[in-house]
Amino acid sequence: MIPPAFEYARPADVDEAVRALADAGEEAKVLAGGQSLLPLLRLRLAFPELVVDVGRIAELRGVREDGDSLVIGAMTTHHDVIRDPLVRRHAGLLAAATATVADPAVRHRGTLGGSLAHADPAGDLPAVVLAMDGELVAQGPAGRRTIPARQFFVDYLQSALEPDELLVEVRLPKTDGWGFHYEKFHRVAQAWAIVGVAALVRRDNGRVAEARVGLTNMGTTPLRATATEEALAGAGDADAVARAAESAAVATQPSRDTSASPEYRAHLARVLAKRAVLAAAGMG
Amino acid sequence: MSDTVEREVGRARPRKEDARLVTGQTNWTDNIAVNGLLHLAILRSPMAHARIDHVNVTPALERPGVVAAFSGADLAEGLGSLPCAWPVTEDIVLPDHPPIATTEVRYAGDPVAVVVARDRYAAADALEAIEVDYTPLPPVLDLEAALAEDTVLVHSDKGTNRCYDWPLKTGEDFESVRQRADVTLKRRYHQQRLIPNAMEPRGVVVTPLAASGEYTLHSSTQIPHILRIMLAVVTGIPEHKLRVIAPDVGGGFGSKLQVYGEEAIALAVARRTGRPVKWTESRSEGYLATHHGRGMIQDIEIAANRDGTLLGLKVDLLVDMGAYLMLVTPGIPILGAFMYPGIYKMGSYELNVTGVFTTRTPTDAYRGAGRPEATYAIERIMDELAAELGLDPVELRRRNWIGHEEFPYTTIAGLTYDSGNYEAATEKALALFDYDKLRAEQADRNHRGDSVRLGLGVSTYTEMCGLAPSRVLRDLRYAAGGWEAATIRMLPTGKVEVVTGTSPHGQGHVTCWSQIAADVLGVPFEDVEVVHGDTQAAPQGMDTYGSRSLVVGGTAVHHAAVKVVEKARKIAAHLLEASEQDLEFTDGVFSVKGSPDARKTIQEVAFETFTSHDLPDGLVPTINAEHLVDPDNFSYPHGTHLCAVEVDTETGQTRIRSYVCVDDVGRVVNPLIVEGQVHGGLAQGIAQALYEEAVYDDQGNLVSGTMADYLVPSAPDLPEFTTDRTETPATSNPLGVKGVGEAGTIASTPAVVNAIVDALRPLGVRDVRMPCTPERVWQAVREASR
Amino acid sequence: MTRVSVKVDGTNYEDEVEPRLLLIHYLRDRLGLTGTPVGCDTSNCGACTVDLDGESVKSCSVLAVQADGGEVTTVQGLAGEDGEWTGLQRAFHERHALQCGYCTPGMIMAARDLLRDNPTPTSDEVRHALEGNLCRCTGYQNIVRAVLAASGQEVGT
Repeated sequence: MIPPAFEYARPADVDEAVRALADAGEEAKVLAGGQSLLPLLRLRLAFPELVVDVGRIAELRGVREDGDSLVIGAMTTHHDVIRDPLVRRHAGLLAAATATVADPAVRHRGTLGGSLAHADPAGDLPAVVLAMDGELVAQGPAGRRTIPARQFFVDYLQSALEPDELLVEVRLPKTDGWGFHYEKFHRVAQAWAIVGVAALVRRDNGRVAEARVGLTNMGTTPLRATATEEALAGAGDADAVARAAESAAVATQPSRDTSASPEYRAHLARVLAKRAVLAAAGMG
Repeated sequence: MSDTVEREVGRARPRKEDARLVTGQTNWTDNIAVNGLLHLAILRSPMAHARIDHVNVTPALERPGVVAAFSGADLAEGLGSLPCAWPVTEDIVLPDHPPIATTEVRYAGDPVAVVVARDRYAAADALEAIEVDYTPLPPVLDLEAALAEDTVLVHSDKGTNRCYDWPLKTGEDFESVRQRADVTLKRRYHQQRLIPNAMEPRGVVVTPLAASGEYTLHSSTQIPHILRIMLAVVTGIPEHKLRVIAPDVGGGFGSKLQVYGEEAIALAVARRTGRPVKWTESRSEGYLATHHGRGMIQDIEIAANRDGTLLGLKVDLLVDMGAYLMLVTPGIPILGAFMYPGIYKMGSYELNVTGVFTTRTPTDAYRGAGRPEATYAIERIMDELAAELGLDPVELRRRNWIGHEEFPYTTIAGLTYDSGNYEAATEKALALFDYDKLRAEQADRNHRGDSVRLGLGVSTYTEMCGLAPSRVLRDLRYAAGGWEAATIRMLPTGKVEVVTGTSPHGQGHVTCWSQIAADVLGVPFEDVEVVHGDTQAAPQGMDTYGSRSLVVGGTAVHHAAVKVVEKARKIAAHLLEASEQDLEFTDGVFSVKGSPDARKTIQEVAFETFTSHDLPDGLVPTINAEHLVDPDNFSYPHGTHLCAVEVDTETGQTRIRSYVCVDDVGRVVNPLIVEGQVHGGLAQGIAQALYEEAVYDDQGNLVSGTMADYLVPSAPDLPEFTTDRTETPATSNPLGVKGVGEAGTIASTPAVVNAIVDALRPLGVRDVRMPCTPERVWQAVREASR
Repeated sequence: MTRVSVKVDGTNYEDEVEPRLLLIHYLRDRLGLTGTPVGCDTSNCGACTVDLDGESVKSCSVLAVQADGGEVTTVQGLAGEDGEWTGLQRAFHERHALQCGYCTPGMIMAARDLLRDNPTPTSDEVRHALEGNLCRCTGYQNIVRAVLAASGQEVGT
């Protein structure tokens, strides 16, 4: 319950934050909303020498449009994401999935950027941003770079961010006109997802024209159910969707824990993929 | 009963306790601040079983703010073994239980070394500097393998992992019953380990007075009185020099019915340093260090005739003691031993309990303590028998339960149930549940092959509580009595102090004891205060556990109040110049029959004793009174619980659609509190059925080691309950009350699992192991369809 | 050490604190505001819920330095100056929504947050809003009733 000691910096802007990170090297941790970091510190599972609190950097908060994209500041809280009219209009899947994250008090503090940078495959938002073909913008000493979500999640709790980089914003292609659904399966309301499925479906003449399916907790990183996505193309009824969902667990490596075996997770991925796509396609 | 008795008892009084609790003016143990207070932190074994080769606390001493650090060996002198007060058999294996390990650790979490520092942060930091060398030893985890020859021993000096065998055999020989029965069924059920999870983590504060050798110990305990005696023995601090206070205590559920190593360690460290010491567990630490509940394998066999008439029952229990015997560890299954026959009549009963040592956190009392396990086994196998015989499960119960006209009834297990009406509770529950309509819907879903199945589960339970007649405890080899004490002090201004030996931690004793006393004394509810939980202010008591407080302690309050009235009557008679026989006492007023103007209130009498200006010769000037009650029987609440679940056969997810219970807890002192006790009990029983389990890996590490992994349900995970009551007064106490604290937990677990199995029975499922996780349900469906 | 300036329940405080000091420990150990308790170490139980700048937060999951310049309301700051309870406090009492009372400060603070956002929630909405607050005594039913009652809605008994 007692965090280990650390130095503390509270930069006023992104440049200052990046400098602080660069100076500290590997031993610094970014404190965003703190809803993942503080639990790790309290259980003494992390021992940073420096904590860089980016909570006061105003430029990291807020949502804006940029052409066909929505740009969400990394420090935008879950609470604000859920309620933001632009997110609700152009990235409904993100709003829906964010509403299932943890509980209201945690959502008041926790941030979109923090959740993504934490890169927990059991977190709900990595799979969502992956399904939305999002991009993550990082700033380092050399300036900004944009990392596609497909390349961002490297391994368990490991992102493509360098130690001296700060995640500054998340860019999501607008999904106006797409159906969406996040199907989260957990044993109690506040537990992590055993498996979650994020589905986006674009329909054409009552058939699935294009589908994107993200998987939560089916491997060491969030995954796309590529085989299912391909099989969904042209699906015109519930049976076709169900058949496509049969391949939802292909090329996944789900883990074993007290809540589920890999085999059961694979089964759930198939069932939940079916349900998520049916709901997203309005066929449910 | 006079009119006055009905005035407060039975009334839904919001609680007196709440005012402080809703405003944050609380006194939890961790809130206590004392000048010079040091914070104690405990280094615990990271391994289930290991030899301690070397402990070096010196590096910790160099950390800032650290005042002292001790290994187990450093503290061994002056610390005796932690007590087991319930050696259930003469030849029970009783291992030594040092509060802090010296040579060997026997569960992950066993204390190894301690530091005290100026604040909790410094103490936590210093803990990391302590060096310990271990030689790992193999863990002992499997209950059956632990009993094999040549196996690894938890306590090598004892030569066995078998703690005890406790047999019970009554009525006709079960073997002969088995021979002539039309049907016998044998099942194995697993009672998973549970972590009690009182919301307040445990804490201890010891304040020493070095000059006089006195110690005050605040602890988040259910049992300040028992704790004082036991800690005096463990630490050698004379009992009269040790004051134990249970301040505000945030729930217990049995987990604070204990004499913990940390309490002894804190005393030892305060004695060594001469400084006040505080220890507060973190939740994850508590998962290792606070005793667990349940943990047993049940083999149960039932014999019956084709018409459903029960003939007999045979039960074999393998019970996980954990690494050590704590206060009542071995006795927990014995509290259940008499309950396997439940509410049913039968002619043969055999049971054997085998206690087994393992390298896990010790087990002990958790809400219901032995009785939920028993109720689960009998209520589960009754459903299996009903299915086997093609009978409705309610009908099978009806054919076997004790009729309301048969009370008092002595069961095959030897208990005499004083009162009950199983028919009435069941009829009421069935009507509230709309049983027949749900059965019709179930048939329809089954017919359609719906992927979401409906299941109905019933549990008709009774339990023994209100612990306990002292002579029975003697026969069961429990080391203490089961009486309870109350004192009533009539203050000069007419206010009343009730001093109780019960020690509440959420139940609402202050409110209920006020109601009881107000009625007998005829004083306003608001004029009564209740003193508890401090061995100095309330010196005599047996504390709170086993749904005993109202039945035994509340009865003591009633009797003490009656004594006050009788004492006051003598004085009132003198003051009114009348004879005692001519006095009436109504609503707190003594009046002379026939001359209604001649009156004295009991408050006036109290003031007269204070001044003592005009009392009869030879009369002791007080109307204060105390009373001790030793109950002459247990209390037997009962009821019928009905649960409807929807089971998604694709995912294995269970959703409780409706839950109805009708409980009979005798006469009700406060309906609000009774309903609250039932709700909370249901939540914990349902949680055992669906969510909770202390999971260990094959090395003996607690895998469900934090609240993030051990699934305590929150509000969306539980249904709305429909609760109702029948009232069949107990005949064993003047209030007619029965215990209610554990009933909901005891009843609900089998109702839920019976419902799940009922939903899946058409698919071939006959059992699902608890907790009935989605994966287990899914696997059960899959295996049945193979 | 880092300097923090925080207003808690109407009183301004300035202190030097270690950056690692959790807000809950600042409240309890430094300010002596022990009305808010600690129930877990994994952010699950919600017992330590307080209001920080108008939003419910788990004060075990906020550093004291993060609250610098902010305004904290705890359960101890709810009652009026005359000691008059809020509607939620009254409803918790009247509906027997607490037993041991350890979760109560967090429950009340979480419920207060809900009613600010959603003045007339359904029973399901109340349950979901309280999903981050654990109670081991009540089975939640009376808590839900209390919150509904405090919102001015009719509640069965």
